[in-house]
Amino acid sequence: MAHALLKGETGDWEMVIGLEVHAQILTKSKLFSGASAAFGAAPNTQVSPIDAGFPGMLPVINTLCIEKAVRTGLGLNAKINLYSVFERKNYFYPDLPQGYQISQYQHPIVGEGEIEIDLPDGSTKAIGIERLHVEQDAGKSLHDQHPAKSYVDLNRSGNPLMEIVSKPHMNSAEEAAAYVTKLRAIVRYLDTCDGNMDEGSMRCDVNVSVRKPGDALGTRCEIKNVNSVRFVQQAIEYEARRQIEVIEGGGTIKQETRLFDTKNGTTRAMRSKEDAHDYRYFPDPDLLPLKLEQGFVDNIKSTLPELPDAKKKRFIALGLSSYDAGVLVAEKERAAFFEKVSNNNDPKMAANWVTTELAGALNKTGKSLDESPVSAEQLGGLLKLIADNTISGKIAKDVFAEMFASGKDAATIVEGKGLKQVTDTGAIEKIVDEVLAENPDKIAEYKSGKDKLFGFFVGQTLKKSGGKANPAIVNDLLKKKLSS
Amino acid sequence: MTKLTSLTIKEALDGLKKKEFTATELTEAHIKASEAAQHLNCYITETYDHARAQAKESDARYAKGEAKLLDGVPIAMKDLYCTEGIRTTAGSKILENFKPPYESTVSGNMFRDGAIMLGKANLDEFAMGSSNTTSAYGNVINPWQRKGDNKPLVPGGSSGGSAAAVAARIAMGATGTDTGGSIRQPAAFCGITGIKPTYGRCSRFGIIAFASSLDQAGPFARTVEDCALLLQSMAGYDPKDSTSVNRPVPEYFKSVGQSVKGLKVGVPKEYRVDGANPEITALWDKGVEMMKAAGAEIVDVSLPHTKYALQTYYVIAPAECSSNLARYDGVRFGLRVEGGNLNDTYEATRAAGFGKEVKRRILIGTYVLSAGYYDAYYNKARRVRKLIWQDFINAYEKCDVLLTPTAPTPAFAIGENEQDPVTMYLNDIFTVPASMAGMPGISLPVGLSGDGLPLGLQLLGRPFDEETVFKAASALEKAASFTHLPQSLMNKAA
Amino acid sequence: MSIDINTVRKVAKLARIRTTDADAEVLTGELNNILAMIGQLNEVKTDGIEPMTSVIEMNLPERADEVTDGGIPEKILANAPEKAAGFFVVPKVVE
Repeated sequence: MAHALLKGETGDWEMVIGLEVHAQILTKSKLFSGASAAFGAAPNTQVSPIDAGFPGMLPVINTLCIEKAVRTGLGLNAKINLYSVFERKNYFYPDLPQGYQISQYQHPIVGEGEIEIDLPDGSTKAIGIERLHVEQDAGKSLHDQHPAKSYVDLNRSGNPLMEIVSKPHMNSAEEAAAYVTKLRAIVRYLDTCDGNMDEGSMRCDVNVSVRKPGDALGTRCEIKNVNSVRFVQQAIEYEARRQIEVIEGGGTIKQETRLFDTKNGTTRAMRSKEDAHDYRYFPDPDLLPLKLEQGFVDNIKSTLPELPDAKKKRFIALGLSSYDAGVLVAEKERAAFFEKVSNNNDPKMAANWVTTELAGALNKTGKSLDESPVSAEQLGGLLKLIADNTISGKIAKDVFAEMFASGKDAATIVEGKGLKQVTDTGAIEKIVDEVLAENPDKIAEYKSGKDKLFGFFVGQTLKKSGGKANPAIVNDLLKKKLSS
Repeated sequence: MTKLTSLTIKEALDGLKKKEFTATELTEAHIKASEAAQHLNCYITETYDHARAQAKESDARYAKGEAKLLDGVPIAMKDLYCTEGIRTTAGSKILENFKPPYESTVSGNMFRDGAIMLGKANLDEFAMGSSNTTSAYGNVINPWQRKGDNKPLVPGGSSGGSAAAVAARIAMGATGTDTGGSIRQPAAFCGITGIKPTYGRCSRFGIIAFASSLDQAGPFARTVEDCALLLQSMAGYDPKDSTSVNRPVPEYFKSVGQSVKGLKVGVPKEYRVDGANPEITALWDKGVEMMKAAGAEIVDVSLPHTKYALQTYYVIAPAECSSNLARYDGVRFGLRVEGGNLNDTYEATRAAGFGKEVKRRILIGTYVLSAGYYDAYYNKARRVRKLIWQDFINAYEKCDVLLTPTAPTPAFAIGENEQDPVTMYLNDIFTVPASMAGMPGISLPVGLSGDGLPLGLQLLGRPFDEETVFKAASALEKAASFTHLPQSLMNKAA
Repeated sequence: MSIDINTVRKVAKLARIRTTDADAEVLTGELNNILAMIGQLNEVKTDGIEPMTSVIEMNLPERADEVTDGGIPEKILANAPEKAAGFFVVPKVVE
């Protein structure tokens, strides 16, 4: 896709965007303590003295965090560093209990990689990954509980995060959105992060700068904690416009940290970040360097699941359109659902039913796929009834509606309501004859050249059969009788 | 009968086993002695009721024949060890009312083994000091005095309260921590024995951190054997400390009294510094002769980077401390001094809560880690640290232990060496190198100075070879047969 | 290398320790003495020497992903200078 350029008063502008995505590693306990890492508990109930930075408390690393960071690195086609170091990033903040965040700085566990993003026009683009490192999350400060006070909850303090840093390879809000979407799909496929942006399991810091095409990189601003794909797009669009206006108005961009206001879609400079920071990183003396064996990495590599891009290619090879395949693989659960439905069924038909009938019904009732009253096996059962001519495609839609409402199997509904397709030629011929006898005038019109009336006879016959007559047999019989 | 407070731990354990006295009697005797020695200011918090309850339990175990390694032994606990539900201050105003909801692994190990805690021993604030004068709870007075001079002397530091308590016979043993000499130097100043084991030997979990890559727990007692018994209980692998080393704890007391025939004792020439105190040098020479007489082979060795150890220490320790002490911000525990806004509150709290020496070290540490100075100071010091470590490894190719003085001077008077921080820092010149290298080291009293103050020598060993250190120390102890008592005790005895 | 009073003030700010002008002046002298001492490290040749992080030569120990801690809010909050409704309370933070 060609670069989306922004029009300014002085000509075209190009955006340069890089993202730092914080993804919470899917674990039961925290990175360095045995307290629960689950979301949504009462304040300070999931806090160990370690997470609260109590005197004399020491960190011990959660082995699963290392494994999942490596797994994610492999999923990003990135270099795994067999030697990495945890360092302390020192700064004061009420929700940072130790006065430092344990992170990785000079020696991250994962180095450079690359992923492919899918753009709305069907094209793809490679986006470089700079690094992935493991670090602790901070607690949460609530500023709206009291006019003069902030309230601090440390439940989140010490939760395991992967910070995934992209290269500044994106040039539009759409690309950034596609990048976040793809990253989310990958970590969900890998089971290393639940990707739940509403709960903050994935949060984005967006770096935006603008320049005239061909110029050197402009000064960037970092927009912190943008927590949905839509907000990422809005924030970038607003911020790029703001920067262009500043520059075209004769000003210069100050490198700064900004906040995105979800209410009005704007960004503003963070006051608390005005002080120049000096994080004084140094290797955490409470932890030793992390050394991994190549065999450990190879083992993880051998258990990696099929990732969205590979799956999409395979689905296309099954005969699906690129679009359908893309829709199906975007969510791990949807792809898995589709694969179950298409088991012994025509993949194209299965894709159609999953992406249109089922998706439509779920959408209408506000349900998610995992709440679907119709299971993948049940939908597969319905498709089998169509395939073996037990019911027609038309009846199938009614059966599906019934399934969706009652949760019953297709076969049970078809049996109970006697919806089984009539394929007995004699019985159908009787109905055809009745229809023809009732409509002599229409026959005359048809024979005088109004070919379109053929559909009318088919419809009447199907209607009279209660929709159960096999349409192919009806067609055959009508053709034969009307041409005689 | 000998006074219960003059027994060694070994003797006390034997007496308890033989039912010559009870743990309660032993504890009461030490509480009484503590009350009589209150002017020494050894304890920040006395925990006598806690001790009495523990003694009762101990007596019950003796009655059932289920006594443990240290059952009934009254000790002082450096107030840097978090004790569950018992105030733990680190000698700082900023933790004046802090009651930890957890127990440090090492204090827990000792309680598991039946030790009885008399009180939380005074120390330099956050273990930063060599004289115990930086404590927010007043200085500790050394039970020793110069001949014909009753000027109060420092007990050394940072574990000054622990060392003074053991020397004054108000506790049979004590815990300390050693970051740059904080066990060995006060042991030397107070005429007792103290060992800093290998870094990683004792868990740091629950011990308030000063400099994490250096801090190590260790015991004080009046004999090498008692130190061995205490360390036996304190040491061991702890999965809660990522720098704890998983190797079995030997029965250290078995090394005591073993022959040192053929043991190679290294004498590092770099410890002969210009302008050294001649009494100290003479004592060192005497120690060398004693080891030779006991059958050891004396080897001249070189630790070429010794003269840079103190400089290295004063980059690395403050750097780590500046970060370790960031958690004292008045948010979750400890002192808070309200300011107009959050930053004012931070700054007011830390200004009021920390003493001068702690502030100096935090500032030095902040500075050496800050952008632009990191490589010149911090990384440079880490490189030199590697060289210091390598010096020891090289020396141990030629010898089994090293023998050096513990401190450059005997105990000095309170108020001396205060004119400039660097003068005070020089006290640690002989203890810091082994700290930088993580090597085990013991200090034991070997003689008296001309004005009657105890002088100590230090034996350093290979990593995790505390057994050889104990063996060599017990030989030196036997040869030195140091039986002098602090004047305060002799006066009482008279 | 030596530092001036403004650097001392800056470092004190970074360390969140309020320093009066008189304190800063005294500290400048003291810190310069300490820096002069540690400046002697420049005499040591360290080319090709890796900075040492720990004297422990072993791999970083790891723990299993199990919930073994937490669920003690009253203990976590017991020492707090100010608390309300299960939260720690601090002067308002301006973002």
